[in-house]
Amino acid sequence: MSGIRLLVGTRKGAFVLVSDGKRERWDISGPHFGGWEIYHLKGSPVDPNRLYASQSSGWFGQLIQRSIDGGKTWEPVGNKFVYDGVPGTHQWYDGTPHPWEFKRVWHLEPSLTDPDTVYAGVEDAALFRSIDGGHTWQELPGLRGHGSGSRWQPGAGGMCLHTILLDPSDPGRIFIAISAAGAFRSDDAGKTWRPINRGLKSEHIPDPNAEVGHCVHRIARHWSRPGVLFMQKHWDVMRSDDAGESWQEVSGNLPTDFGFAIDVHAHEPSTIYVVPIKSDSEHYPPEGKLRVYRSRTGGNEWEALTKGLPQRDCYVNVLRDAMAVDSLDSCGVYFGTTGGQVYASADAGDSWAPIVRDLPAVVSVEVQTLP
Amino acid sequence: MIWVILPTHLRMLAHINGEVKLDVDGQATQRSVLDALEACYPMLRGTIRDHVTQQRRPFLRFFAGEQDLSHELPDAPLPDAVASGAEPFFIVGAIAGG
Repeated sequence: MSGIRLLVGTRKGAFVLVSDGKRERWDISGPHFGGWEIYHLKGSPVDPNRLYASQSSGWFGQLIQRSIDGGKTWEPVGNKFVYDGVPGTHQWYDGTPHPWEFKRVWHLEPSLTDPDTVYAGVEDAALFRSIDGGHTWQELPGLRGHGSGSRWQPGAGGMCLHTILLDPSDPGRIFIAISAAGAFRSDDAGKTWRPINRGLKSEHIPDPNAEVGHCVHRIARHWSRPGVLFMQKHWDVMRSDDAGESWQEVSGNLPTDFGFAIDVHAHEPSTIYVVPIKSDSEHYPPEGKLRVYRSRTGGNEWEALTKGLPQRDCYVNVLRDAMAVDSLDSCGVYFGTTGGQVYASADAGDSWAPIVRDLPAVVSVEVQTLP
Repeated sequence: MIWVILPTHLRMLAHINGEVKLDVDGQATQRSVLDALEACYPMLRGTIRDHVTQQRRPFLRFFAGEQDLSHELPDAPLPDAVASGAEPFFIVGAIAGG
């Protein structure tokens, strides 16, 4: 019978949650790396027991951990992230130049074909790659160096590269997103990049055609339609049908279009999920009701999914990397909250139940569908 | 032998259960002690001092013999009591954060 393994990163450690295909009973192991911030963990698609984890702390900096047995044991690998050449400056919050400084790894994206190759999205924003299982890391400097890097600014959470999408049909194509610079695309395996932000509107940017400066929170897409992208921006849910060449707003009837997480159903490429958050100054759900919204039409028409979720007095947040879907026949959807709950739906969002209620604040959730 | 006391998180990271006693080549200084520590426990590289600049991470301090050595030069000799192994060289995390 198939199994599900959830990889949960929290402010105080990592947790591994395992169930069979029914997704009713869960075994929870952890905390791994207790007391450390675990921004993200992810498994290799070609070797699911090969996991990578980003472990960091304000005291001791960044570590990368690797497991070859599905998270039972871990070993620290390379943690030397050095920008290529002279790092230069980006803009600080007040618009003044600020030197590029490595702070942490936000997102790890293992290669679709090689378990030893993994990408790391870091703060201050840059893309690194390891081709030796995480032992050494090299920056792909074309991203910061393409011309607009000196104009990038941090979002409230820092200037983080948080989204890395690899294209299963085109090994040369990579999408990334940075808060608050925007989305970028490479068509030559990361050598050169260009911004893909046409159509994004951001109130804090006076120029409606600004090439960069947009606070993209997350991008998702279905593997079968790699050119169709869905974006949760700071405000606005957006869609692109042309690999980011242009974007259209699809917020439709959402109660608020601010939020962080967005994901796509495993088998229905036009079914997408978001968790609306009241505003950028109130990082909790509107009306104290935790609601996932689902669109079966690729946006614009949304339905609230509430069954099993708290519908009063709920003031948690769902962060950008904290939602994931499995690929069982009835698609499972999972998300974690800053209140430490991990919710699961085994029926594509129709009903929900908490797997666990009292973890540290959840930063990221990834899911592995195991044979 | 130089006696080093590490913060709990770094002891766990390096799987250290007992005391850390290091053989140090030449004079005992912050640099030579940290070089020896990282040679014994490579997973600690980058966690105490920056990989490139070799500067102490800002939320860590170095103490020995009730003295704060954090702002001493890295090649300054450590106190005799540390060099002889009578007193430990403390690497301490700042009491900050949550």
